[in-house]
Amino acid sequence: MTADGGILHTPLYSLHRDLGATMAPFGGWDMPLWYRAGAVKEHLAVVQAAGLFDTSHMDVITIRGGTATSFLNYAYTRDIAGLQPGRCAYGAFLDDHGHCLDDAIVYPQEDGFAIVLNASMGERVSAHLRSLPGAAEVDIRPLQPRFAKLDIQGPAAPRLLAPFLADAETLLAKFPYFSFKGSFDLARSDVHLADGTSILLSRTGYTGEMGFELFMPEDKAAGLFQSLLDAGSGDGLLPCGLAARDSLRTGAVLPLSHQDIGHWPFINHPWPFALPLAADGAFTKSFHGAEALLAADATATLPFVGFDPRRVEPHDAVVLDGDREIGTVTTIVSDMAIGRVEGKVTSWASPGKPEGWNPRGLACGFVRVDRAYPAGTTLTLKDTRRAITVEVTDDIRPDRTARRKLHR
Amino acid sequence: MKAFDELNIPGDLKYAKDHEWIASADPHRVGISDFAQDQLGDLTYVELPEVGADIAMGGEFGSLESIKSVSTLFLPVAGKVIAVNEALQDDPGLVNRDPYGDGWLVEIAPADAGGFSGLMDADTYLQHLKDNG
Repeated sequence: MTADGGILHTPLYSLHRDLGATMAPFGGWDMPLWYRAGAVKEHLAVVQAAGLFDTSHMDVITIRGGTATSFLNYAYTRDIAGLQPGRCAYGAFLDDHGHCLDDAIVYPQEDGFAIVLNASMGERVSAHLRSLPGAAEVDIRPLQPRFAKLDIQGPAAPRLLAPFLADAETLLAKFPYFSFKGSFDLARSDVHLADGTSILLSRTGYTGEMGFELFMPEDKAAGLFQSLLDAGSGDGLLPCGLAARDSLRTGAVLPLSHQDIGHWPFINHPWPFALPLAADGAFTKSFHGAEALLAADATATLPFVGFDPRRVEPHDAVVLDGDREIGTVTTIVSDMAIGRVEGKVTSWASPGKPEGWNPRGLACGFVRVDRAYPAGTTLTLKDTRRAITVEVTDDIRPDRTARRKLHR
Repeated sequence: MKAFDELNIPGDLKYAKDHEWIASADPHRVGISDFAQDQLGDLTYVELPEVGADIAMGGEFGSLESIKSVSTLFLPVAGKVIAVNEALQDDPGLVNRDPYGDGWLVEIAPADAGGFSGLMDADTYLQHLKDNG
């Protein structure tokens, strides 16, 4: 990590420039928006083959101490006390009002937990955690030294990554979704690249497609990024920027922190798996913000999908049910890997797609409205320029690969 | 993003401040510049007017949606739309790949033969880009 006039650069910054990336500030970091191929091809590459992302802007903090498990189990929305060894868990940190400070993935470690947060959120989440009961008995600090992080995502990811891993055959065997191998204490990690570099490999990502997040030493990251591209370009591997990441995660019905989740109650959203919910809607454990959540008269966040790629400007847009204004648009993108076949949302990756059919893209995203409307409800999104018709849905891009069984 | 010396700015076209180009000789096609397509990023949808529409100088004639934003198109001269590029419905990426060729937007019949005098030539347009960052 280096800084230039207050904006941060990842260890891959000069490589991004060499690769012709269009850069933009994101969470205090100067990050690639897209590379020479453009965001549409990058999005399609991840659905059809694989894409490589620099995600070194993300923050990691650690919590250590004898009471770390009970402390974090109160601080976090997920029940991490019962996590199987080698599994990680997606959830959120809530404030007193049940509002979301940030979403995160918690990784149990030998001596506590590592918590992967969004860019520049380490300090804010740490300060919040230090205000909670029991904080005096645990040690909360940023992971040092900082690491680099590469995400390789797409159905070809295991095959393209394998040649760069030491003992890939064993490593990639029994590697379910939301599990990881190795340690954040890289000196202690038993997972290595073929050249001996210690890494942590996590079968996670934020695209909805098959793949891995790879935590590694900063000084080795640019070399691996370039080598993966050199080896994989013939198989359709592309470097991918934040624009493709945004459209892919939206199509996969995943929220962007501070946009789709934020300063409102973290409930009535498409991510019930981020809460310890029992079948009757009660919580299976107590956690910070839980009482406020249950008491909240909350709005509902709902995924939607359109009928063509046309969008509205989210900042100017209102959501209408008939003539009645019911809410706002939190995210709207065009997922260019999907279209409608006889009305049905179909992906480039859908096995039943018609011969020769190519998707033209569909607008999709999230609305925050007065109450939950069932899937299939037609709503209007209206900005100063136009109105578009969309429908509430349970899912957006069908036939995603993230949960697929690993095979090379 | 393209550096100034990487931009393609053909010398036989006229340019408007908000990055539309128009051919000053017949056929008077209109499009967006290489700079504009590079700034917008990949286009996902192109909305164009009806053939026959009369549009005032500086009037809206459609919109471009890219992966990043929705932008309004303004006609650099007054005129009647006599053709629109139908190929963009299926392949809006033509504007990115060939902004002065297959990625043209509309063809117009100018209302006023002197309407091009307020527009920039290629050198002036490049200078305009440099001056405005």
